[in-house]
Amino acid sequence: MNQSVFSPWNDPTQEPLIRFKSVTKRFGDFTAIDDLTLDIFEQEFFALLGPSGCGKTTMMRMLAGFETPTSGVIELAGKDIAPTPPNKRAVNMMFQSYALFPHLSVYENIAFGLRRANMPKVDLDNRVAEMLKLTRLEKFARRKPHQISGGQRQRVALARSLAKAPKLLLLDEPLGALDAKLRQATQFELMDIQEKTGTTFVIVTHDQEEAMTVASRVAVMDEGRIMQVETPERIYEAPNSLYVADFIGEVNIISGQARAIGDDRYAVDWAEGQPPFTAVSSKPFSDGQTCYLALRPEKVSISADRPEDAENAVQGKILDIAYLGNLSTYHVEIPGGLVIKAQAANTRRISRRTYTWEDNVWLSWTPTAGVLLEV
Amino acid sequence: MQRFVLIAVPYVWLLALFMVPFAIVFKISLSDIALAIPPYTPTLDDGFAAFFAGLDFENFAFLASDDLYWKAYLSSLQIAVLSTAMTLCVAYPIAYGMARAPEEWRPTLMMLVILPFWTSFLIRVYAWIGILSTEGFLNQFLLWTGIISDPLTILNTNAAVYIGIVYTYLPFMILPIYAALDRLDGSLIEAAEDLGCSRFQAFWLVTIPLSKNGIIAGCFLVFIPALGEFVIPTLLGGSDTLMIGKVLWEEFFNNRDWPVASAVAVILLLILIIPIVLFQRNQQRQAEEEA
Repeated sequence: MNQSVFSPWNDPTQEPLIRFKSVTKRFGDFTAIDDLTLDIFEQEFFALLGPSGCGKTTMMRMLAGFETPTSGVIELAGKDIAPTPPNKRAVNMMFQSYALFPHLSVYENIAFGLRRANMPKVDLDNRVAEMLKLTRLEKFARRKPHQISGGQRQRVALARSLAKAPKLLLLDEPLGALDAKLRQATQFELMDIQEKTGTTFVIVTHDQEEAMTVASRVAVMDEGRIMQVETPERIYEAPNSLYVADFIGEVNIISGQARAIGDDRYAVDWAEGQPPFTAVSSKPFSDGQTCYLALRPEKVSISADRPEDAENAVQGKILDIAYLGNLSTYHVEIPGGLVIKAQAANTRRISRRTYTWEDNVWLSWTPTAGVLLEV
Repeated sequence: MQRFVLIAVPYVWLLALFMVPFAIVFKISLSDIALAIPPYTPTLDDGFAAFFAGLDFENFAFLASDDLYWKAYLSSLQIAVLSTAMTLCVAYPIAYGMARAPEEWRPTLMMLVILPFWTSFLIRVYAWIGILSTEGFLNQFLLWTGIISDPLTILNTNAAVYIGIVYTYLPFMILPIYAALDRLDGSLIEAAEDLGCSRFQAFWLVTIPLSKNGIIAGCFLVFIPALGEFVIPTLLGGSDTLMIGKVLWEEFFNNRDWPVASAVAVILLLILIIPIVLFQRNQQRQAEEEA
């Protein structure tokens, strides 16, 4: 194992910082979290990703102590945290609304938690100064929250939640209120700060791009269950289910019947009278089993003639072109009426684009480009 | 021109309904008592020179010399301050409970607070006589439960006045505090707890400071009318209940000494100007903070 890569989840000797052991949370009839088991390791930047109502915020609130599990155990550093009230936990939270105290200055907001811990004046001053420096807020220390911008408020909230040097920092949609440009800049800032402080971060977000950018691992959630926990690359390249493949990024789904042809290779019969597609899968499929080939648009190449060495190639007609600036997505109708999206970089100016509407083109991809899924 | 008319409306209103009556009262306070109609001299019928020559500050000097008056002012202040504090203690938990009640209950709770206004204030104070008197409901109930063996004397004491004021002005305290607490973002309390506050600390360090404007507004809304209160001390208070509103009434209607009564009213108004100005400033600051 390569030691320079941060991956404690692959190391069986590592003790996780947080351990959810078959945790269930119900609100009346509604099951928010359904028998969930999960390990989060120290210094991880862990993202909980899912649509609204999938239970990600409930998980975070259980970690902070605002909710208690209906059944199951949550351990922090090996200890059950259920009996510890929120104010006694070495866990701090950055709220979605920031929840800055409007009657206190930026300085006092950051010092709030330290004062409750009765930190001596000198240490407190130093700590707050350190936090102000970390978040580049030195100039605004005396201002009240309503006298600074949204981005600055976000940084105050971060500084305040980091001031007590928690073992675990929870971030509830921390960038939701910022505009796109500022959000991107702040994502890198967050990663920087996480690296500098070495704190374990758990971030809740519904923005898959944000999760992919900042996190060391991403948990994709749906209806109170975790669908997959993996690094961003693995989530994207090797989703374990249709739900995950569909939730993260754009994907083409081709359904068909699998037929083993040796060496983990399968032929996928996807339409009558058409040559099958070839796909590589380490997961076994029995002959005739229904399977789904998930194919990312950028892994599908588009060409005017059939590429000679391509194992998977199919001809189709361009229905639509979505121009995204750096990329174009071509919607190509292949035999059987299926529409496949293929992405190509716009290396030339648009007026010299090679293909246009109604052109007949060839789509091709390698056997390893797609992922073969059962459901 | 249109703007001038717009501004003129409230000023004319103030002039006609506040400044003119005040000027008349102030003029009477500078006059002398007389057995006549109206019961003071001079009047404008005496001619301008005699009119102005007849005005003096004699009545104010009299107020200062007789300790009844400043004792009444002090006693009124004391009753107003204490009853304001008591109203706050009763109103805050009610407002807090209302603000934290489920959303669908709040209109009903609000209705219950406002409901007493549907009955005449005078009748409600009379009702308290029925409750507090020696044979009243409260004593009968306490005797029946066996907590006391002899009826308590509450009516015609200062205690009854406090009860009356707290009861009457409670909605004026609840509503502004409720408005402030209702706006309070619940995640602020969670943030305080998250940062190490106990429930009580979070209440003291976050909830109270953030409802400060509501508390201040409510206190003024109770204190200002309570200071000049006349009906409650007259109906519920005893002979030793000394309040300036009662003194004022007696000067006007029992002694028929309009000039002295007017002087009492003028001083009362001067005392009230301070809290009224402070109240206005609080309201203005609150409006600025929200902008």
